[in-house]
Amino acid sequence: MEQTTTKREDISSIDYQEFVINMGPQHPSTHGVLRLMLKLKGEIVEVVQPHCGYIHRGIEKMCEHITYPQTIHLTDRLDYLSAHMNNEAVCLLVENALQIEVPERVKYIRTILDELTRLASHQLWWCAFGMDMGALTTFFYGLRDREKILDIFEKTTGSRLIQSFNVPGGLMNDIHKDFQKEVKEFIKYFRKILPEYDQLLTGNVIFQQRTKDIGILTKEDAINFGVTGPSGRGSGFSCDVRKIAPYSAYPYVKFEEKLQTKGDTFSRYMVRMHEMWESMNILEQLIDNIPEGTHAVKMKPIIKLPEGEYYQRVEASRGEFGVHVISDGNKTPYRFKLRSPNFMNLSVMHHISRNHKIADLIAISGSLDLVIPDIDR
Amino acid sequence: MPFNIYDFSTFTQWIHEALTSAMSPFWVVTLEILFVGLAFLLFYAVIGLFLVYAERRVCAFMQCRLGPNRVGFQGLLQTVADLIKLLFKELITIKYADKLLFNIAPFLVIIGSFLALAAIPLANGLHAVDLNIGVFYIMAVSSIGVIGILLAGWSSNSKYSLIGAMRSGAQIVSYELSVGLSIITMVVLAGTMDISEIVELQRGGWFLFKGHISAFIAFIIFLVASTAEINRGPFDLAEAESELTAGFHTEYSGIKFAFFFLAEYMNMFIVASLGATLFLGGWMPFHVPFWEGFNTVMDWIPPFVWYIAKTGFLIFIIMWFKWTFPRLRIDQLLTLEWKYLLPFNLFNVLLMALLVLLGLHF
Repeated sequence: MEQTTTKREDISSIDYQEFVINMGPQHPSTHGVLRLMLKLKGEIVEVVQPHCGYIHRGIEKMCEHITYPQTIHLTDRLDYLSAHMNNEAVCLLVENALQIEVPERVKYIRTILDELTRLASHQLWWCAFGMDMGALTTFFYGLRDREKILDIFEKTTGSRLIQSFNVPGGLMNDIHKDFQKEVKEFIKYFRKILPEYDQLLTGNVIFQQRTKDIGILTKEDAINFGVTGPSGRGSGFSCDVRKIAPYSAYPYVKFEEKLQTKGDTFSRYMVRMHEMWESMNILEQLIDNIPEGTHAVKMKPIIKLPEGEYYQRVEASRGEFGVHVISDGNKTPYRFKLRSPNFMNLSVMHHISRNHKIADLIAISGSLDLVIPDIDR
Repeated sequence: MPFNIYDFSTFTQWIHEALTSAMSPFWVVTLEILFVGLAFLLFYAVIGLFLVYAERRVCAFMQCRLGPNRVGFQGLLQTVADLIKLLFKELITIKYADKLLFNIAPFLVIIGSFLALAAIPLANGLHAVDLNIGVFYIMAVSSIGVIGILLAGWSSNSKYSLIGAMRSGAQIVSYELSVGLSIITMVVLAGTMDISEIVELQRGGWFLFKGHISAFIAFIIFLVASTAEINRGPFDLAEAESELTAGFHTEYSGIKFAFFFLAEYMNMFIVASLGATLFLGGWMPFHVPFWEGFNTVMDWIPPFVWYIAKTGFLIFIIMWFKWTFPRLRIDQLLTLEWKYLLPFNLFNVLLMALLVLLGLHF
């Protein structure tokens, strides 16, 4: 336990030969407006102090003043790369609170879109991670393939990035008639193209040297810091909500929870690479078996949750995303709390990247796959 | 006018004689220096601009893109347009920057690469100066660039720049050893430092093929080390845009930034032409012994074309490195040099010396 109790180090006292540098809020590899205050000794990072709040919009507070269906459009804007999962968490919460059983068709489509979102998100992570390491070509390879998923989204949901396709009780619309065909085409294409990712980056000697044994996060630390998602699974922490508390169509599919034991940057990388294969397996099991039925159940025009506390968690592409709602019986929630995976993942930054070089810090933050709006909310 | 595309020496001789007959020796030398300087400046700018364009196209095709293809034929004028834009940009000077050093730095970087260009024979008889220590001269002047980079990082009064400059200093000083030793290996084989003589010695076959395995090892080491020496990916730690935003030239803008940019590409050109000269026979055509017909056809291609083709090939390889490899970390970079390349290189020089002494080379 001693390991985890690192006390907040004072960055203001600077030894000679040490200096403080502000990485961000505008820096090419913090992927947004994250500000990391670094205390450096030459190239060695001694203290990492994340400063959040540059994109704080008060989403939780805003949600206290709007109705539940409106909330969905704000949860999109948290982790914009797993927008669909975030929507789903709110919808599941409302449905469970009102004890509505959604049609099987909705469950299947939601799960398919979940996995497509995860694939798109991991693709973007892969391009950005390669770029952080200086391999610029990965960026274009990843985006080329991500574009195909976004096209599928566009056709069915009408929007490419933040879909807001879920509504309490089902989906906004039924799927496009080409949806199944296009998803199958994409899987066929991507199964062929994914080994190319490994050829370009995974097998590279420089890449392996840069990532192996860098930023080791032990299983205990992962649990203590609450690091979930692929970052937590890289340390061997079995935390897949799809397995622990299956929702939507996940109980019907067979898939493996990919774990790595080492907890270094390379493990976190490999978990995500394996997850892309798993996502395609899940998609293949579901895409041909979408049951017939309606795309939504009829809801009352004004949704009011019964008095009480509700919590719903889903597996977003970066970890466990939870919505905690306290309702006083009104049409707006009394308190709306979000458990965003990135905020927890960010908290290990100092712990795993101190005494590494600046270049390692970039690799580590890339492997944690931080999305800044999700941190600041 | 005795203009011969296969031998420029008659042409230059003719100009010299014409000038000598018209004016005093002082004016002849002054005019020639001016003319040659201007010609090289033009060549420098054109090659620099073209290389920027080539890089953008090459990397675009490696990345499933098209690259610049709108301005001019196939986008050839894109870099010219960019240059004009850079010329009109504001030169931002930073408060508390060391003004003098800050302004000198880009010039030092560009002077280093410009001077090195002088000693390289572009074709038969087409070079500015034919020094008897040409190889030594190029190595000496190309080291001036690192002073510019260090000064740029130091004087910018920015921490990112400083880290970049310090990295660059450590890197260039280390890798110069490897470049130097691999060049020395070839000098041992040639027995001379005169570049035009080195090219002449490769008439029967390029040094890469003549020098046994040793020349081949030297060539590989030269490629790796010189990529590192010119601060290009995967060794672009001094710039490392994902770590240090832009490294040592973070604070530069406008034409001063363009100088750093141009110098990077010209250094690439110089390194490639040095490689082409030492290992691939410079402007010398490709000859296979006893294939007379083949050799005649090869001779028919002008020397300048041979030189540009070989240099272009090496430049392409260097670009290829950059767009496929991730960047190294500083400690890995230094480990590669001091633990692997340098000992290997020292051994290689010894091997080459033995080969030459025993007369085992072709």
